[in-house]
Amino acid sequence: MATHHAVNGTLPPEPEKATLEGRNKVLGFWLFLGGECVLFGSLFATFIALRDQVNGGPTASELFQMPVVALATFILLTSSLTSVLGILAMHRNKVGQMQAWFAITVLLGLAFLGLEIYEFVEYYHHGHMLTSSAFGSAFYTLVGFHGGHVLFGVLWIALLIAQSFKKGLTLVTAPKFYVASLYWHFVDLVWVFIFTVVYLMGMVE
Amino acid sequence: MSGQVTYAGRKGLWDWLTTVDHKKIGILYLIAGGIFFLLGGLEAILIRIQLMYPNYDFVGGSTFNELITMHGTTMIFLAAMPIIFALMNAVVPLQIGARDVAYPFINALGFWLFFFGGLLLNLSWFLGGAPDAGWTAYPPLSSGHDFSDQGVDFYVIGLQIAGIGTWIGGINFLATIVNMRAPGMTYMRMPLFTWATFVTSLLILFAFPAITVSLVLLMFDRLFGANFFDVNAGGNVIIWQHLFWVFGHPEVYILILPAFGIISEVVSTFAKKRLFGYSAMVFATVLIGFLGFMVWAHHMFTVGMGPIANALFGVATMLIAVPTGIKIFNWLFTMWGGQIRFTTANLFATGFIPTFVMGGTTGVMLSVPPADYQYHDSYFVVAHFHYVIVGGLVFGLFAGLYYWWPKMFGKKLNETLGKWNFWLFFIGFHLTFFPQHFLGLMGMPRRVYTYQADTGLDLGNFISTIGAFGMGLGTIVLLINIIVSIRKGEPAGADPWDGRTLEWAIPSPAPEYNFAQTPLVRGLDALWTEKMSGNGKMLPAEPLGEIHMPSPSVLPIIMSIGLFIAGFGFMYHNIPVIIGGMAITFICMIIRSLVDDHGYHVKPKELEDGEKGVKA
Repeated sequence: MATHHAVNGTLPPEPEKATLEGRNKVLGFWLFLGGECVLFGSLFATFIALRDQVNGGPTASELFQMPVVALATFILLTSSLTSVLGILAMHRNKVGQMQAWFAITVLLGLAFLGLEIYEFVEYYHHGHMLTSSAFGSAFYTLVGFHGGHVLFGVLWIALLIAQSFKKGLTLVTAPKFYVASLYWHFVDLVWVFIFTVVYLMGMVE
Repeated sequence: MSGQVTYAGRKGLWDWLTTVDHKKIGILYLIAGGIFFLLGGLEAILIRIQLMYPNYDFVGGSTFNELITMHGTTMIFLAAMPIIFALMNAVVPLQIGARDVAYPFINALGFWLFFFGGLLLNLSWFLGGAPDAGWTAYPPLSSGHDFSDQGVDFYVIGLQIAGIGTWIGGINFLATIVNMRAPGMTYMRMPLFTWATFVTSLLILFAFPAITVSLVLLMFDRLFGANFFDVNAGGNVIIWQHLFWVFGHPEVYILILPAFGIISEVVSTFAKKRLFGYSAMVFATVLIGFLGFMVWAHHMFTVGMGPIANALFGVATMLIAVPTGIKIFNWLFTMWGGQIRFTTANLFATGFIPTFVMGGTTGVMLSVPPADYQYHDSYFVVAHFHYVIVGGLVFGLFAGLYYWWPKMFGKKLNETLGKWNFWLFFIGFHLTFFPQHFLGLMGMPRRVYTYQADTGLDLGNFISTIGAFGMGLGTIVLLINIIVSIRKGEPAGADPWDGRTLEWAIPSPAPEYNFAQTPLVRGLDALWTEKMSGNGKMLPAEPLGEIHMPSPSVLPIIMSIGLFIAGFGFMYHNIPVIIGGMAITFICMIIRSLVDDHGYHVKPKELEDGEKGVKA
């Protein structure tokens, strides 16, 4: 197509940064993630302020099922690794491998979401709800915001994989995969903090 | 490229609804922000009429609450910030020698999100009453439905949508300034307005997510029964105050730093001198931006944070006076010994300096926690923040409008009417707000709709209302001036003020590709450098060639309408409407991802026409 769209097989070593549009996209995405840090920081601050306000309901250590949470953590951290392998495949211009690694990333993301939904349903049956206490409000808002980010990431990466079958790997599609993987790492990083602040600190009475 | 796609040119309204051209988006911001400015001004006049006489019953208490809330919210989020964005869009890409912004599509999306968020907020007047819990919307006043029926729902959702628009606009300017500067335009050669835009955008990037979270918490409390601010269920209302001011104080600097930038440009141009202490000005701008994040709790001295927190935040606040003082002195030294021309733009810039110093002085007074216990929630605070926001920001915006109007529209504003505008507004402003210092010190509380007769408050309030009429007249003169300029304004030419920076090197209004050839920047005040070296115009950094432009798109407005519809769904608990509205937005995002924008190319022939001043 246009002159700035390279044909498959002749991509430069870092195709995501080869065009001005690509560099703009990567820079803008880092800035976006900087803002997201403040967003989650505010939610964490709110949660820490309210985490003991259970309003007569179950406390964190009574509720949390650490095996499920540990499994979810393992799955999400593994998905970060698979997205790195996807980007490495992209840099070697191996479209098929890249699609496969990102597809695994999506599947792991879906598994994480399944565990999170199971967990929320369990808590709901124990009387832990958005409306039951300030702890409940803060918990579901923080963890739910993260879950929403995972869901968005799953849909986004799936859409990118789908279009890569038609468009292949070009100077237009490569930056998209690159920023999606940045996003995925960020979501994982937030989960590391949630695992620590919400779950581990919640288990310590 | 196979088959040159030449842009056919969209016309009329359709062009404006789909444009991704930063200059047109700037004009859209100016029109929308201008309308909201008139609306907020009308609300101010009504507030002042209500307070003209003691025990007066002009609008009554509950309408008064709606008026003060909507006046503050409208002026800050829907008038001041969009007009700042108008000037940033119109000027910054030109000042750095760029053909466009980094994300033209996101830029358009930012405008439409702001517009529909503001529209949603203001529709509250017709749908059961406007928000009435103050522009700061402190819970528990705002979190229940007892005091504020549905008004605050419009506040949380309208500001959320508008805030996202502002946030992505900030990211756009950051990436533009980092990645799109012309060859030779190093950071320390950037004009001060561009520097101010850069620091302001950083503040927007890191401050707006805090209000996003504040509004989410308040929305969840109001609409979904969450308990963040319900003390009975373990909630804590102070969380709102912290999060709101973690955003709210940087917001003050988001407003004033662009004004500092404008004043620096105007003072230097009309003194015909290089800005005094350029590097110190840059340093001061960055330092103010940094310190702006460290002082939010000075809005909460009376909450009971304890003496240590109060002292720390008080001292941090006083520190900001140092870089601000550097700026004031540098403007004065720039004017010192210059060949000063008192155009309307320069009158506003000159009037800004003493007025802003007065606002800064009361700011330092307020930063002393023990004294603040006396001033808190009184008209002294109202006087202070109007001195910095109107006397600082609005004077700066008027200076910027008169200065850059020729670049945006190709015609000058009338200078005689401009001087009427300045003197009416300047005298009206001081008449309105100077007495309010004393009203506050005498004990008049803010946000109360009336006062008793013979308590010493009558005369001050009466004078204040007369002053407000003066500011209203000044604004009407500006409107007349705009109409006169559109009808029969004199053509401005490329460089009406004998300018110093890059935007004056290209025709007015700028062609859609801005620079036919990217300029080579060889010094601070790029155009002035060339004027002094005898060239009189910029040297090109590239041969004349085809220019790639982004295609217009209707998606930004549709995405914004989707969120606008979903907003109503949230407010009225109508799930199909929520899903429908969100679906519209997400489908647009998918289309945007799937359909590549190849843009179009402007051919060299059109470029030659452009050089002769014909708009391509």
